Amino acid sequence: MTRLRVERRPLDREEGAVGLPKASGTPPQGFKPAEQTLFGLRNLNFWYGQKQALTNVTLDIPVNRVTALIGPSGCGKSTLIRCLNRMNDLIPGIRVEGEVTYHGQDIYARDVDPVEVRRRIGMVFQKPNPFPKSIYENIAFGARVNGLRVDMDEVVERSLRQAALYDEVRDDLKKSGLALSGGQQQRLCIARALAVEPDVILMDEPCSALDPIATLKIEDLIRDLVDDFTIIIVTHNMQQAARVSDYTVFMLSDEHATGQLIEYGPTEELFTNPKESRTEAYITGRFG
Amino acid sequence: MTIVEGAVLTLRATGAVARRQAVSRASRWVFLAASLLGVFVLLYLAYDTIATGASRLSIDFLTSYPSRFAERAGLRSSVLGSVWVMGTTVLLAFPVAIGTAVWIEEFAPRNYLVTIVKLNLANLAGVPSIIYGILGLAIFVRFLDLGPSILAGALTLSLMIIPMTVIAAQEAIRQVPQSTRDGSLALGATKWQTVWSHVLPQALPGIMTGVILAVSRAAGETAALIMIGAFTFIAFDNTNLFDDFTTVPIQIYNWTIRPQPEFRDNAAAAIIVLMVAVLILNLLAAVIRERFRRD
Repeated sequence: MTRLRVERRPLDREEGAVGLPKASGTPPQGFKPAEQTLFGLRNLNFWYGQKQALTNVTLDIPVNRVTALIGPSGCGKSTLIRCLNRMNDLIPGIRVEGEVTYHGQDIYARDVDPVEVRRRIGMVFQKPNPFPKSIYENIAFGARVNGLRVDMDEVVERSLRQAALYDEVRDDLKKSGLALSGGQQQRLCIARALAVEPDVILMDEPCSALDPIATLKIEDLIRDLVDDFTIIIVTHNMQQAARVSDYTVFMLSDEHATGQLIEYGPTEELFTNPKESRTEAYITGRFG
Repeated sequence: MTIVEGAVLTLRATGAVARRQAVSRASRWVFLAASLLGVFVLLYLAYDTIATGASRLSIDFLTSYPSRFAERAGLRSSVLGSVWVMGTTVLLAFPVAIGTAVWIEEFAPRNYLVTIVKLNLANLAGVPSIIYGILGLAIFVRFLDLGPSILAGALTLSLMIIPMTVIAAQEAIRQVPQSTRDGSLALGATKWQTVWSHVLPQALPGIMTGVILAVSRAAGETAALIMIGAFTFIAFDNTNLFDDFTTVPIQIYNWTIRPQPEFRDNAAAAIIVLMVAVLILNLLAAVIRERFRRD
C-alpha cells in the first residue's frame, strides 16, 4: 500500500481509548472520537425535493481538530457540510430529518435562528467568491453586519495575518478583492470568515480551483488555524485529506442509498488500516 | 468525396462548398440591409423634422406660452408640465418598482401564487397606455377628486411604467451571482443586509438603465395624459402638484391638428426638443451604467 502521508505535526491525543464503540448515545457505525464533541449528527436524513441525498448519517465531530470528508462525486459530502451551517436552507424544497447538535443544541430546532448559526459556523466555498469591493471592505463587512464593536483596522489586519495574507496585501488594502490571484482570493475569503470570530470553519473543497502552490499554502494555513478553530473540510483529493486532517469520514452513494457514511476514524488508521472493504477500494483507487 | 487519381488538390471553394458560401455571404448583406433600413428611416425622419422645425427654435420659442398665433406660440408651459410630471412619476414609481422586484427575487416563496403575480406583471407591461389613462381618469381624477392635476397625471404614469421597471429590475437582480449571496449569508448576515450591501449595489447599473428607459417612455406618453385631461390650454407656470398641466407630446399633438400650416413648423420644433431630451436621458443611462460597471 503506497504511503500517502508526508511529515505532519503530531496529534495530541487523550490517553487510552482510540474509539471503541460504546453503548447508547454513540454513533452506531462504531467510531466516536475520544475527545470533546462539537457536532453530533444522529440519523441525519436529507432530501432535495423527492431525491434523498443523505441517509442515516450518524457521527461526532471533535473540537479543535480537522475532520475531512472524502468520497466519490455525488456521495453527499457537500450536502452534509452545508447542513452544518444551515446553508441548505437557501435551497427551496429541501427536507431535513434527524438531529444536528452543536455544543449540545439542535441547530434545526424550531426556535433556532439560522443567522445565529452562521455567525458561529463560517464557510469557505469551492470557488473563491470575494465581494466586488476592496480587500478592506470584504473583511470589514462581516464584522460590521454582526455589530461587532471593534477597531475595524485592527480586525482587518488581524484577520489578514491569521489567513497568512497580510504581508502580500498590506501596501494596498483598497485594492479590489477581485484583483488578487486565485490563491490570494481564497485566503481573502478565509480572512473574511475569520473576522467574524467563528467557532468552526467549514471548507467545501477550498483548493480544487487553485494551483498546487496555492493549495499547499492553504493546507499549511489549515494546520495553523486548527489550534483556535474547528475545521471541517470536504476534499476530492485523498492525499490532501491524509496530509491535513486528524479524522476522516468516508461517504458513498450506491444503488441502495445515497449519502451513506461508510467509515469514520482517525486519519492514520483509515488510510493505513481501513475497516470496510469499500473504504479500502476507494483509497487504493479501485474506484471513484 | 472521392479524390480522382491524377487530379490536382485545390482548396478554393468549388461546387457545393461554393454554393453554400455564396448563400452565407449573401445573407450577411441581407441582415445589413435590414439594420440599415431602420437607420435610414430614422435619419430621414430626423432630417425632415429638423428641416421643418429648425427655423422656429429659439429662446423665445422655449419661453413663450401657447397662443392662437403660431409665431407667438411656445413650449414654456408644456416643458414645465413635463418636468413636473416626470419628476413626480419617478419619485412615485421608483420605490414601488424596486421594492416589488426585490421582494419577488429575494424574499418571495417559490409558490404558485408568486408565479401568477410574475406572469401578471408581464401582461400589465403590455397593456395599451390609453387603458391606464381611463383607469387614471376614473380613480385619480374623479374618485379621489384630484382633478386633471399633475399629481393625477404622475400617478397614472407611475402605474404605467411600474410593470416594465419591475421586469428590468428583476433581470438586473437575477444577474447578481448566487456566490455573492452565499458568501454574505455564510458570514451571518441577514437577508436584508445581503440585499442592501451586495445585491442592490451590484444590480444598480441594470436597475438604473431600466428606470431611465421607463422614464423616456413616459416622457413621450400622450394618450394616457389626454384621457386624464391634459389636452388643455395652459398659459401659466406650474408651481404645485395640484395645478392643471400639459406636456410636450400633447402640445405637439395639439399643434399638429391645427389647420394653419405654420403650426406644423412649431410641432416640428417641439419634436426636436423632445428628441433631444430623450437622447440626453438615454445617454445618461449609458453613462451611469458604464460608471457603475467600472466600480
